[in-house]
Amino acid sequence: MPDGSAPGIDPAFLALPMRRLADAALGRARELGAQHADFRLERIRTQMLALRDGKLDSARDGEDLGLSVRVVHDGTWGFASGVDLTPEAAVRVAEQAVAVARVSRPVNSEPVELAEEPVHGDVTWVSAYELDPFGVPEGDKIGLLVDWSERLLAADGVDHVEATVQQVLEDKFYADLAGTVTTQQRVRMHPEVTATSVDRSRGTFESMRTCAPPVGRGWEYLTGDTWDWAGELSRIPEWLAEKAKAPSVDPGRYDLVVDPSNLWLTIHESIGHATELDRALGYEAAYAGTSFATFDKLGTLRYGSDAMNVTGDRTAPHGLATIGYDDDGVQTQSWEIVRSGVLVGYQLDRRMARLKGLGRSNGCAFADSPGHIPVQRMANVSIRPAAGGGTLEDLIGGVDRGIYVVGDKSWSIDMQRYNFQFTGQRFFRIENGRLAGQLRDVAYQATTTDFWGSMEAVGGPDTFVLHGAFNCGKAQPGQVAAVSHGCPPALFRGVNILNTVREAGR
Amino acid sequence: MTPQETVERALALSKADGCVVVTTERSEANLRWANNTLTTNGSMRSRKVAVISVVNGATGTAAGVLERSAVTADGLEELVRASEQAARDAGPADDAAPLVEPTETADRWQAAPEETSIDVFGQVAPDLGEAFGRAAGKQRLLFGFAEHVLETRYVGSSTGVRRRFVQPAGRLDVNGKSPDYARSAWVGRSTRDFTDIDIAALDAELAQRLGWAERTVELPPGRYETILPPTAVADLMFYLYISAGARDADDGRTVFSKAGGGTRIGERLASVPVSLRSDPAAPGLECEPFVTATASFGGLVSVFDNGAPIGATEWIRSGELAELIRTRAWAAKTGAQPAPMADNLLLEAPDASATLPEMISRTERGLLLTCLWYIREVDPQTLLLTGLTRDGVYLVEGGEVAGAVNNFRWNESPVDLLGRLGEVGRAERCLPREWNDYFTRTAMPPLRIPDFNMSTVSQAS
Repeated sequence: MPDGSAPGIDPAFLALPMRRLADAALGRARELGAQHADFRLERIRTQMLALRDGKLDSARDGEDLGLSVRVVHDGTWGFASGVDLTPEAAVRVAEQAVAVARVSRPVNSEPVELAEEPVHGDVTWVSAYELDPFGVPEGDKIGLLVDWSERLLAADGVDHVEATVQQVLEDKFYADLAGTVTTQQRVRMHPEVTATSVDRSRGTFESMRTCAPPVGRGWEYLTGDTWDWAGELSRIPEWLAEKAKAPSVDPGRYDLVVDPSNLWLTIHESIGHATELDRALGYEAAYAGTSFATFDKLGTLRYGSDAMNVTGDRTAPHGLATIGYDDDGVQTQSWEIVRSGVLVGYQLDRRMARLKGLGRSNGCAFADSPGHIPVQRMANVSIRPAAGGGTLEDLIGGVDRGIYVVGDKSWSIDMQRYNFQFTGQRFFRIENGRLAGQLRDVAYQATTTDFWGSMEAVGGPDTFVLHGAFNCGKAQPGQVAAVSHGCPPALFRGVNILNTVREAGR
Repeated sequence: MTPQETVERALALSKADGCVVVTTERSEANLRWANNTLTTNGSMRSRKVAVISVVNGATGTAAGVLERSAVTADGLEELVRASEQAARDAGPADDAAPLVEPTETADRWQAAPEETSIDVFGQVAPDLGEAFGRAAGKQRLLFGFAEHVLETRYVGSSTGVRRRFVQPAGRLDVNGKSPDYARSAWVGRSTRDFTDIDIAALDAELAQRLGWAERTVELPPGRYETILPPTAVADLMFYLYISAGARDADDGRTVFSKAGGGTRIGERLASVPVSLRSDPAAPGLECEPFVTATASFGGLVSVFDNGAPIGATEWIRSGELAELIRTRAWAAKTGAQPAPMADNLLLEAPDASATLPEMISRTERGLLLTCLWYIREVDPQTLLLTGLTRDGVYLVEGGEVAGAVNNFRWNESPVDLLGRLGEVGRAERCLPREWNDYFTRTAMPPLRIPDFNMSTVSQAS
């Protein structure tokens, strides 16, 4: 728990009869012979505000409230969910979960067993934030977005502005047959502002978006000084104008200095997903895909250069995957995934930890809503800075002919996490260690191990920034998770650069 | 409280200038498997109520949109009041339009919601068990997902609209692999009720494709004559569809904007006189014939349009861009007709009869794809997309499949592809691979592209 000044769990959520419902459901599951059973009751509040050219385009409030029961019955999972919050309905959901396990038994040949986890008793956890966004008047929130939009619309060369803010308040109650009972609350925010210029006579357009990351903070994120909103908004028009007039890149090999605002997404796609053990074991093979980092390579795979050190955690303050206990009832942790360029760890849940004899789970089970079964989802997967690493300017200073990449935009990677292609918000030419104006139509493309193998240096601790996303997709039925990735800027040698206009055959 | 009672009671409680209530009763069942055994499953129920309050003010009309699950009779008034407060707080909405007026419909408003359950897999589950047994004996691993969803929607408004629709949606993904994962094949089906799913036949198709891959051929990146099967075409056309908003095009910032102003409506896009259309009455692909929107979105959808009829719309007619997606508010501002999105999409060419096997048999040398994956926009100016080939790229020589080729990253625009059509086959119902979480009702033809841009090689299998 944060200290006494921080907000506590919403009393309206605590007023729901979760313990009575959990007792009814878990008791029924036990009677029906479940070896394991867990009960979740969740309430997820969301608000999306979207402005277009300073006018309200969309405002929507949502609240998803429901309960679910997951059992292991006769060695087979069974999952069911419902929305009626009465003990009778909770019992019916438990019965449905057992019925689902029975229908599924003929297609299950691998008995489900779970890794041991200490019983945590009745515990509470609240994420670190100051101001619940759902307590801020909607008019004030829209007013701030109007102000941001008008600042940009007033600038030369800006024809359109989109301003959005997604806000989430997630309350989660969990109880299992072993006796762990957790009540947790998280808040997260994702503000974005995009400016577009249109040249009607030529029929062309260009856009530039803020790089401010989504974070596990409250409304104070938009009004305080953890991000320099005024500074970033004031520079977008000049960056946009420069980009629209910039020369088109010559494709070929370049040295890259990649900013944390872009590199986080490359980490997410080529390290985060590739080190999910469920992918390595084939559970996602028909959908999200598998991984080149197969289990037989644990401890030996040369993932990247010696400069590459990767941590998985669900504990970083303000991280989007940060929480106290996961949806298997496991207390969250921090661990190594890549050490000096070698694969040394995976992201786990209790079932896989047991299956592969890895001991305790590192706490990556997550369900995005009361209506979905928990699966292994991504921790905050981050690249550690170098203790004696330099500044961004030091890294740029080490490049004769290269490109400095800022902000994420387009992303795509194959189903085994080898071949990726990314674009960005801004690409600056580097000449003799100095920035020399923007380039346009740039995409970088590489194979994962080649790319991380070409990483010559990373910045020092002062250059580390946590970025992330709200919209990581995985599993069938599809589930969406929020996750953060931190890193310093990093220097890569000889990366393949494509010209996207030539790729389009123009 | 029945959904109809919820709608009527919320409308009666409303003190706003206008009100729309949308309730969605949803039931779903699913099975998921990997390595010839079950991984996860579920039987889920949910009930949502959205209240959209409309408030007229001095400077314009505002909407307050709140959607909640598990709303009880006691909680309904609080929801309605919160929606009204949200409308007053929000201020004028840019997409404001008068609420829709009722029309005669054949909807069975009074009928109860329909439900599915895990029993929908009564035949599929044991058939899968048998397929797992067969696969294990033949050194083949099966992965996949079967899902059935039934949604019953009720839309009511203070202007008198009362509409009901039941949407069944089933999908089945089956991926077959060799034990070392080096060979991979995929089949997928979109279905309303799983009675038309033949697991044994799908398993046999996977076995045939994995057999094709026993011979492998390494090919470099480049432009290849390529046959796109219907599922791959569906994923490309879906992206084109969601990029076809009139407002963004009028603003000058999409591939459908015209240099000098205006849109490309009327311009020839396709080299063959194809039709790209949506139609809620399309046989086998039936979908909601009226708008339901619990959030406005990007000039494509407006909460003010709830209950508006959706008819058949040709987006591309005889190869020419014919229409763009348009809300009622944007239509009023621009003097055009509304053109709401529908939940299905069909691409057809007149008199096209060639099947995929016939197109393969007429191919001297080319690539046959299975599906496309991880499709993302690279450049909105041209609608350049990137993505991967997945689960089987086959080399066709002399009219026959000669082996499997490595996967590629491709960079292509669906708009450009329409302008370079070599051959269009007969449309058939198909399941988009990439987008089937959102969109399952498509009918697409196989397409032959003379010069598909395979940009780099992917080592993935």
